[in-house]
Amino acid sequence: MAAHLMIDRKYRPKNGVVKWITLIVLSVFLLLMLMPFIMVAMNSVKTEAEFARYGPLSLPHGLNFTSLKDFWVRVNFTQPLKNSTIISLSVAVLAVLLSLLNAFALGLGKVRGRIWILVFFLMANFLPQEALAYPLYYFAKFFHLYDKTLSVILVFMVIQSAFGTYLLSSVFSTFPREIIEAALMDGCSKLKLLVYLVAPLSIPTLSVLFVFFFIWTWNEFFLPLILLPSNASQTVPLALAINQGQYGMNITAQSASGLLGILPCIIFFLIFQRTLTRGITAGGIK
Amino acid sequence: MKHKTSSIYKGYGVFLIPGIIAFLVIIIIPFLVNLGISFTKWSGVRAPVWIGLSNYQRLIGDSVFWLSFRNNLILLIAMTVIPVIVGLLLATFLFDYIANNFGQRVSSFFRAGFYLPQILPSAVIGIVWAWILQPDWGVVNYILKAIGLSSLAHDWLGDPSTALLAVMVVMVWFQIGYPVVIFMAALQRVEPELLEAASIDGASWFQKFYYITIHLIRPEILVVILTTTIYTLKIFGQVYVLTGGGPGNATSVPSYYAYKQFFETQQVGYGSTVSLAMAVIIVLLTILFINIQSRQENAESV
Repeated sequence: MAAHLMIDRKYRPKNGVVKWITLIVLSVFLLLMLMPFIMVAMNSVKTEAEFARYGPLSLPHGLNFTSLKDFWVRVNFTQPLKNSTIISLSVAVLAVLLSLLNAFALGLGKVRGRIWILVFFLMANFLPQEALAYPLYYFAKFFHLYDKTLSVILVFMVIQSAFGTYLLSSVFSTFPREIIEAALMDGCSKLKLLVYLVAPLSIPTLSVLFVFFFIWTWNEFFLPLILLPSNASQTVPLALAINQGQYGMNITAQSASGLLGILPCIIFFLIFQRTLTRGITAGGIK
Repeated sequence: MKHKTSSIYKGYGVFLIPGIIAFLVIIIIPFLVNLGISFTKWSGVRAPVWIGLSNYQRLIGDSVFWLSFRNNLILLIAMTVIPVIVGLLLATFLFDYIANNFGQRVSSFFRAGFYLPQILPSAVIGIVWAWILQPDWGVVNYILKAIGLSSLAHDWLGDPSTALLAVMVVMVWFQIGYPVVIFMAALQRVEPELLEAASIDGASWFQKFYYITIHLIRPEILVVILTTTIYTLKIFGQVYVLTGGGPGNATSVPSYYAYKQFFETQQVGYGSTVSLAMAVIIVLLTILFINIQSRQENAESV
């Protein structure tokens, strides 16, 4: 770090004024980036009359939760909130398990053609969902899974685990061979090796995958739109998008709908912040 | 002994069985069925009729598809080109200048702030920005009117001449944080001594940035370019909520166009063809990327 400071001495201003001006400019830029969040939050707690009178930029004259409450009741928001939580949690758990099994075979074992299988898994994750959409829609109807959260859980379990398998396999390929060899020599079965050794040792990576699978699934839109038509099974983004701009919805109700979409994500961000940063910087995860 | 050693690599195949079955049912079979449908005329109800390559011929001459594809390429400017360039500058600035002058915590705070839009679902981005850009009482037009530029205020998303541009602005806002985070992590690999040596040799800031920093974090730049490009080619939610592809087809993108064929005009066969074309493009891009990446790794290890 000291060396780093030395090199930049030439460019560092002698007085602190320039330094502070840059910080202010950068802060203004950040404030601009955060403006949509601030605007939506501010206007969700105004009354309609207040908005009509003072416009979107004025600070709210107190907290008024009528718009939020009305919108919540109108779209029966508890239901999508429950659906999204169940879907995202199930997908995160199942996809982590499936990734673990796949990566155990591909990363530790030398299954024939493993490189190609891995490339194939990566492609499956990159594939545009519309190239699977109609058959999935048709199958879901055929198997009576249409409009049931289980359909979306199964689909995303596989799509997310495609990425998990790819990432976890490369982690496992660097797993110390001596440990595995020693365990197997002692007569440990492959299943025990996985359950008692490999899985516990890879919990940090598994937790990163869990968090990303959860958030990715929460944010999904295209396939849920196709597979979950009714309010009883809809996810949060879906319920909000479909009720957007509905007849009779006033401006404060619309900002309330934006806020209800943002809030859960902010909560996840705060809870999972450390895991997220670790994951993003480790794997270039998007 | 020999038998034992070789057995550490064997007997894992059985663990792949659930994964393979799941993949067959959810990815491979639907993909092949989609391929099959692309050779048919099908409304989704009665039996599909085999029409050979007609859908592909139609695709080649379909001006709306090409318009959607062109829109997708234009969106690359907003979702890959600008975020990578601004992300590089912003990450270097935060890492070099802000962290050195104000400490790690301040630079981490800015990083988190810029990243925040990235955590939102695509549909919520659409809802928030549709609200901001609303023509009558939206924030943007309100500000324009307040500062006396009411002549500029108009229906940003409803006017064909500005709709795509408005979507692009939204996407830049959404994308910026991702490269900033990745590049800041990558910059930790850049040796300060190297930059110092370059300074002593009289290299300018830009020369150091261009020849050392960019060169060293090339792998991350490549990853960001690939992931953002693929994300752009798959974009759906934002377009669905913001404009519904309109006005006319001014903001249509291939994924939305395919969706319309499937579920609005009931031309399932043609929708399959459109979606397959996009799948092929994405697969080719991925192969190209893996090739470049491995060539780069080979070059570095030599």
